[in-house]
Amino acid sequence: MSVSKVEKNTSAKHSKRQFDLFDFLYKYGTILTILVLIIIFASANPAFLQSNNIINILRSISIVTIIAIGITISLSVNGFDLSVGSTASLANAVVISMFVWYSQPTVLAIGVALFAALLVGALNSFLIVKIRIPDMLITLAMMFIIQGVALTYTRGATISQNMVMPDGSFATGLISPFFSQIGRVPWIIIIMLFVVFSVHIFLTYTKHGRYMYVIGGNAEAARLSGIPVNRYKILAYLLSATFAAIGGIVLASRVMTAEINAGGGYLMDSVAAAFIGFSVLGAGKPNAFGTFVGAVLIGILANGLVMMSVPYYAMDIVKGTVLALALALTYYKLK
Amino acid sequence: MVKSRLEMKNISIEFPGVKALDDVNFSTTTESVHALIGANGAGKSTLMKVLSGAYDHYTGDIFIDGAKVHIRSPKEAQNYGIQIVYQEVDTALVPYLTVGENIMLIDTVSNMGKKQFMNWNRIHKRAQEILESMNIHVPSKKLVSELTLAEKQMVLIARSVSQKCRFLILDEPTAPLSFSETEELFRIVRDLKQNNVGVIFISHRLPELFEICDEITVMRNGKFISKEQIKETSINTVVEYMLGEKLEEQFPKYHINIGNTVLEVKGLNDKEKIKDINLHVKAGEIVGLAGLVGAGKTEFCKALFGASKKVSGEVLINGNTLKINSPYDAVLNGLALVPEERRKEGILVQETVATNLSAANINKFTKIFSFLDFKKEKTSAQELIKSLGIKTPAETTRVQNLSGGNQQKVAIGKWLISDAEVYVFDEPTKGVDVGAKKDIFELIAELAKRGKAVIYASCELAEIIGITDRIYVVYDGEVAKEVETKDTTEEELLFYSTGGK
Repeated sequence: MSVSKVEKNTSAKHSKRQFDLFDFLYKYGTILTILVLIIIFASANPAFLQSNNIINILRSISIVTIIAIGITISLSVNGFDLSVGSTASLANAVVISMFVWYSQPTVLAIGVALFAALLVGALNSFLIVKIRIPDMLITLAMMFIIQGVALTYTRGATISQNMVMPDGSFATGLISPFFSQIGRVPWIIIIMLFVVFSVHIFLTYTKHGRYMYVIGGNAEAARLSGIPVNRYKILAYLLSATFAAIGGIVLASRVMTAEINAGGGYLMDSVAAAFIGFSVLGAGKPNAFGTFVGAVLIGILANGLVMMSVPYYAMDIVKGTVLALALALTYYKLK
Repeated sequence: MVKSRLEMKNISIEFPGVKALDDVNFSTTTESVHALIGANGAGKSTLMKVLSGAYDHYTGDIFIDGAKVHIRSPKEAQNYGIQIVYQEVDTALVPYLTVGENIMLIDTVSNMGKKQFMNWNRIHKRAQEILESMNIHVPSKKLVSELTLAEKQMVLIARSVSQKCRFLILDEPTAPLSFSETEELFRIVRDLKQNNVGVIFISHRLPELFEICDEITVMRNGKFISKEQIKETSINTVVEYMLGEKLEEQFPKYHINIGNTVLEVKGLNDKEKIKDINLHVKAGEIVGLAGLVGAGKTEFCKALFGASKKVSGEVLINGNTLKINSPYDAVLNGLALVPEERRKEGILVQETVATNLSAANINKFTKIFSFLDFKKEKTSAQELIKSLGIKTPAETTRVQNLSGGNQQKVAIGKWLISDAEVYVFDEPTKGVDVGAKKDIFELIAELAKRGKAVIYASCELAEIIGITDRIYVVYDGEVAKEVETKDTTEEELLFYSTGGK
C-alpha cells in the first residue's frame, strides 16, 4: 500500500514538471516562434530587420488583422463568422462604386459601405438567433450569398477609375485624395493598431466583453444568470461584419479598385490568425491581442519566406504547418 | 424452462472519500420482477453498475446458479446474459442511425468477424423480428432521432433482448414516462418475465413497484436493509426501511420573523410538465418544494425563472404582476436561481472563481462606460470565498479545478452579491459532501435572516424537513399537498410524493 502511494507521488511530481514546461510553451510558444523566426530570417538576410521591411510587414498584415478581429469577436460568443471575407469584398465594391459610379463624398461612401455590412451582420444574427441555424453553417451559406451579391453589384467586373461603363461611356467619378490616404503608411498601420487596441479594451475591460466571454463559455449558465444572450450574439455578429467592412474599405483605399472577390482571400488567413491567438499568453480563448500576434506570425512567415526566395506555391505548406502547431498547442492543453 | 438464480455476496466498493457500497447482499431469480429501492445516494445504481460490469474495483463475489462468475467489464456481464438499460437513454443510442441498426449495434460490433460488408436485409429483418416478438410497433427503418423517449427506451430493451438476456436491469425506466407509456413498459416487462428473464427494476415510485414487482430489496446509505415478498409488505413498511433513523442534526437553528408575502405564483403552467401550480412565499420564509426525481420541481423553477417556453400563469412580487419572458427579466425583477445541473447551467468551468462570482451582477463591478472594476471584483470575490468557505487556492483559480461542493458554493455565491428578493435553489446539495452541505444550509438560513424569500426544491426529504418552514409536495407536475413543516414527517412527505392520496 505505502509503496504504491510513494510511486503515485513521484509520478505526480514528474507529470507536474512536464506540465509546467508545457504550460510555458503554451503561454509563450507563439511569441517564441516569432522571435525564432525573426532570428532565422535576420541572419539569412540582414535586410529583414530594416525598418522599411518591418513597416512593410505591418502594412501587409493590417487588413488580415482587422478582419481577424471581427472573427475574434464572433468566436468570443462561441460563434464563427465565415462570411467576413465576402462582407469585405462587398464593402470594397460598394465604397469604390460610390466614388467612381456615383461621385459621392468620402464620408457618404464609407457610410454606405458600413451600412451594407451591417445589413449582412443583421441577417446573420437573425438567422442564428431566431431561426437557430448553427453559426458556422449559416455564415458559410452567407459567404456564398454575399460573394454573389458583390459580384452581381459590380456585374462581374473590376471597378476602377475611368472604367468603361455598360453604355460605352467612361466613368467620371474620382476617388477622393483623402480616401486614398487610408490605405497608405502610416494610416493603415494606425487604423489596425487602433482596432486591435480598442477591441482588446472592449473584450477585456468592459462588462460587454465579459458578457460575451461568459456566453462563449457556457451559454445556458449565462442565460440563467440573467444575461441577454441573444442581444449579445446579435451585437457580436454586427461587430464582426463591421470590422470586415473596415477591412474591405482599407483594402479599397490601398488598391484603389474593387477587384472581383477581393476580400475572399483574406478569410483563411484571418481565421488562422484568430485561432493562433487563442493560446497567446495563455488566454485559452479568443482575444484581440492574441489575434494580432497570430497575424504578425503569419505576416513574418510570408515576408521572410519571400526574402529567402521560397517559391510562392510552397508557402501555404509552411503556413498550414504553423497553424497546425499552434492548434496542437491549444488543444493538447485543453484535452 | 429452468429458473436461473443470481446472487451477489458481500459487495463493497469505495470511491475517493466515500464507501458507496458496504457489504451488500442481493439475490434474485429469472421469471420474476425484483424491485430495488432506496433514497438518493443509497447505492442502488452503484450496485447495478457492479452487476453490469461498469466497475472493476469492488470486493465480493457474484454467483449465477451457485457457480462463481467473474464480472469486471460490461462485456463479461453481457456474456453471462446480464443487460442494463440506463436512465439516460440518449447516451446509449445513436440518433442518426435507424432503429434496426441501433438494436443490432452490439451484434454488428462483436459478431461480424471477418465480414466487411453490412447485410442490411439481415439487420432489419432480425430487428423487426425482435420488435414484433415484443409487440413493439416501431418500424425498424425509422431514425432513432424521430422516436419519443418511451420508444427509445423500448429500442434499448429490444437491444438487450437481441443478445443473450437472463437478467435485465432497468434503472428508473418510468421516471420520464407518461401513464400510458408506463403501462406499455409494464406489459413488456411482464412478457419478459414469462420468457424466463429476471427483471431488476429500480424506481422511486412506490405504487408502481407494488403493481409490477414480485420481490423488493431496500437499500440505505450503501447498505442492504431488507428483502421481502411484495405481497407480504406495504408501502409504509418500505418507507420506514428507506428512511431508517433520523439524520444527525446538521441544520442551523434560527428564529426568523416571517414578513409579508413577497412571491406569489398563480396557475403556473408550462404546457409540458407543470400543471396549474399555485404557491406563495413570505419574506424570511424558506419554502420547500418536495418531490421525487422527475416530479417537476426543476421544471417549475425554470418556468418561474422565465427559462422555459410557453409559460402561462401569473407571477407577482410584492403584489406587482411581473412580465417574465426570459431569465434576463427574472433577474431584473429580483429573482435568483441556483440551477440543478451546475456544470451545465450554473458555472463557467473554464473561467476563474472571480469571473464566476461576478457573472450574475456585473453591473456592480463597473465604472463609467461599462469598464470593469477589477479591484472591486477581486475584493468582493475574496470576501465571498472567505464567507462561503470555498476551498480554492485563489480567486484566479479556474472553477473546473474545484470539487463539486465548492463548485456549488460558487454557483450559489454568485447570487449572494446581488440584491434579489426571491432565491430559488434547485437541488443545491446534489453531489455535495456533508461538510459543504452544512455550509450551504447556513447560507440559505442567512438569506432568510436578511428577509429574503427562499424556495428550496429537493428530493432529499430529510433536508426539506430540516431547513424549511412550509412545504409544497410536488407529484407529477402538480402540488399534491401543502403542509407546515412542524406538522409533518418524512413518512408523510414520501407518502404524498410517491402519489399517495
